[in-house]
Amino acid sequence: MQRSNTYLFPFLLLFLVLLFCFVLNLSLGSVAIPFNDTLTSILGGQIENESWQYIIWNYRVPKAFTAILVGSGLSLSGLLMQTLFRNPLAGPFVLGISSGASLGAALLIMGSTLFSQWFIFEVINDVSLAIASSIGSFLVLLAVIAVATRVKDTMALLIIGLMFGSITAALVSVLSYFTDADKLQQYIFWAFGSVGNLSGFQLALLSVFILIGILLSIISVKSLNALLLGENYARSLGVQLKKTRFIIIVATGLLAGAVTAFAGPIAFIGLAVPHLTRQIFNTTDHKILVPAVLVYGAILLLLCDLIAQLPSSSYVLPLNAITSVVGAPVVIWLLVRKKKMIF
Amino acid sequence: MVISKKEKNDILIDKKLYTISAKNEHIIIEAKKLSIGYTSRKKKTFIANHISFGLKKGELGAIVGINGIGKSTLLRTLGRVQPKLSGSILINNEPLESLKSDELATLVSVVLTEPIASKNLTVLQLVSLGRHPYTNWIGTLSADDQSKILKAINMLELDHLQHNKCYELSDGQLQKVMIARALAQDTEIILLDEPTTHLDLYHKVHILKLLQRIAHDTKKVVLYTTHEIDLAIQLCDKIFVMNRDNNSFGAPCALIESKSFEDLFPKDAITFNPESGSFKINK
Repeated sequence: MQRSNTYLFPFLLLFLVLLFCFVLNLSLGSVAIPFNDTLTSILGGQIENESWQYIIWNYRVPKAFTAILVGSGLSLSGLLMQTLFRNPLAGPFVLGISSGASLGAALLIMGSTLFSQWFIFEVINDVSLAIASSIGSFLVLLAVIAVATRVKDTMALLIIGLMFGSITAALVSVLSYFTDADKLQQYIFWAFGSVGNLSGFQLALLSVFILIGILLSIISVKSLNALLLGENYARSLGVQLKKTRFIIIVATGLLAGAVTAFAGPIAFIGLAVPHLTRQIFNTTDHKILVPAVLVYGAILLLLCDLIAQLPSSSYVLPLNAITSVVGAPVVIWLLVRKKKMIF
Repeated sequence: MVISKKEKNDILIDKKLYTISAKNEHIIIEAKKLSIGYTSRKKKTFIANHISFGLKKGELGAIVGINGIGKSTLLRTLGRVQPKLSGSILINNEPLESLKSDELATLVSVVLTEPIASKNLTVLQLVSLGRHPYTNWIGTLSADDQSKILKAINMLELDHLQHNKCYELSDGQLQKVMIARALAQDTEIILLDEPTTHLDLYHKVHILKLLQRIAHDTKKVVLYTTHEIDLAIQLCDKIFVMNRDNNSFGAPCALIESKSFEDLFPKDAITFNPESGSFKINK
């Protein structure tokens, strides 16, 4: 249709903003690097200050790429959840995937004091933390899929996801009650969320998971559009509900699970970005929305990370707090201005 | 006598052809000794039994009966929204359950009572979703798809509304959009669950006349459930009266003659007047 052409301009604009935010994210931080020098450096040019070059390539470029992957992954999983559950408040947190990851991380960090006699992981580092939280989110995801095959009503599935979240939150608080201060602090630092400190291998792993999630979403675009009518109508249009639901849940699990495993639980991006995207792209067509939320989510997380770095200071704020501070007012603003949240 | 394999095959094919032509080939949708209801973990709850009827090409049919008798359940069972309990449903002489979901989507379209999930769709987008069974893997609309969408929108006089969002529409307009979507799906059978509830008399008649036109002009089978028996008597070609174990099916006149409508309601409250084809309240 001709209508897709009308979205060309916003897409172009969004990409330019993304590029700008990317370079801005590289240039600002505890050490401020002039914008021009940053640009020269990433375009392959040489800049005089070698330590800047080093900071950009070894620290900030991986961090910015992680931010892009994290923002895109969370936003896309939020969009998938909102369409699948026909609920504007759905996001990656509601399926209990993020809380599963939290439980995995909590068990690794704080459980070691409790179950030290049969604990295999003696070393708590970024890799074992990522593995533990991946296992946690994957187990919760498996439980949700097992329930999903039995429960036909997606609304019930949503509530079950929330209950899983409550159970894991309770377990985490029990663990934190019995653990010592050091371990508790370590867990809390993980729960702050961060897009820095990923090794090249971890970054590659994260990209693979996000890429698979995106591919699964792309093959579901047509079914996602049909699901806008509701499950019964979608079925009457020839959508194979069970298969579609399975693919969408797996895609969400991969996207949200991988992100939480590597960057910690990051709130509100998954919920807020799809709504923000609908403000620019006034459409319900997932052919437009899927790429749009990917770019929009990346921009928002780059900006949130920028704020968290507190430019020109040596402090770093918890990323999770920044996304909540940005995300929650957005949801309130949408509700107040629009009177209702539509999707 | 020795029959070669090929000859045997030919005989089989002949037999098959014979059995198909022996049946009434014009019957598009047929229910035979159908039982409907709900299945829970172990128990089957029967809502209605002994359901048998058939509709031919170009016929407008109605399913009537009192509240809770199972009209919607029957319609949803016919559209495979929910499973049947026993008996059979045939679509073009093929059992409903043997059809693949994408095949079924090109044969039967439904308009249900449940609200659509996203009211943020525009009229044009919603009607376009009717082409879902025919589009490619990502849902690109071909020129043929577009012309069918515009034709459906045109037939329901929705041209001026096509870029409006669904939450801006009235109940009656939204109902017309849903019918347009079913029309765009271009199926031989259109099933509608109470398409005229929440509408005033004028719009009820408007929608029903439209359904009649769709059935007669485009040679589709249109079947809907309704409480408005008097309107159904005036407009439908065939009516299926659901009345516990005493279901009946036929043309309205024949049903009036066989007194099928008389004992639908308790006699001391409402009586049926066969001459006017309407119900009267007993004072």
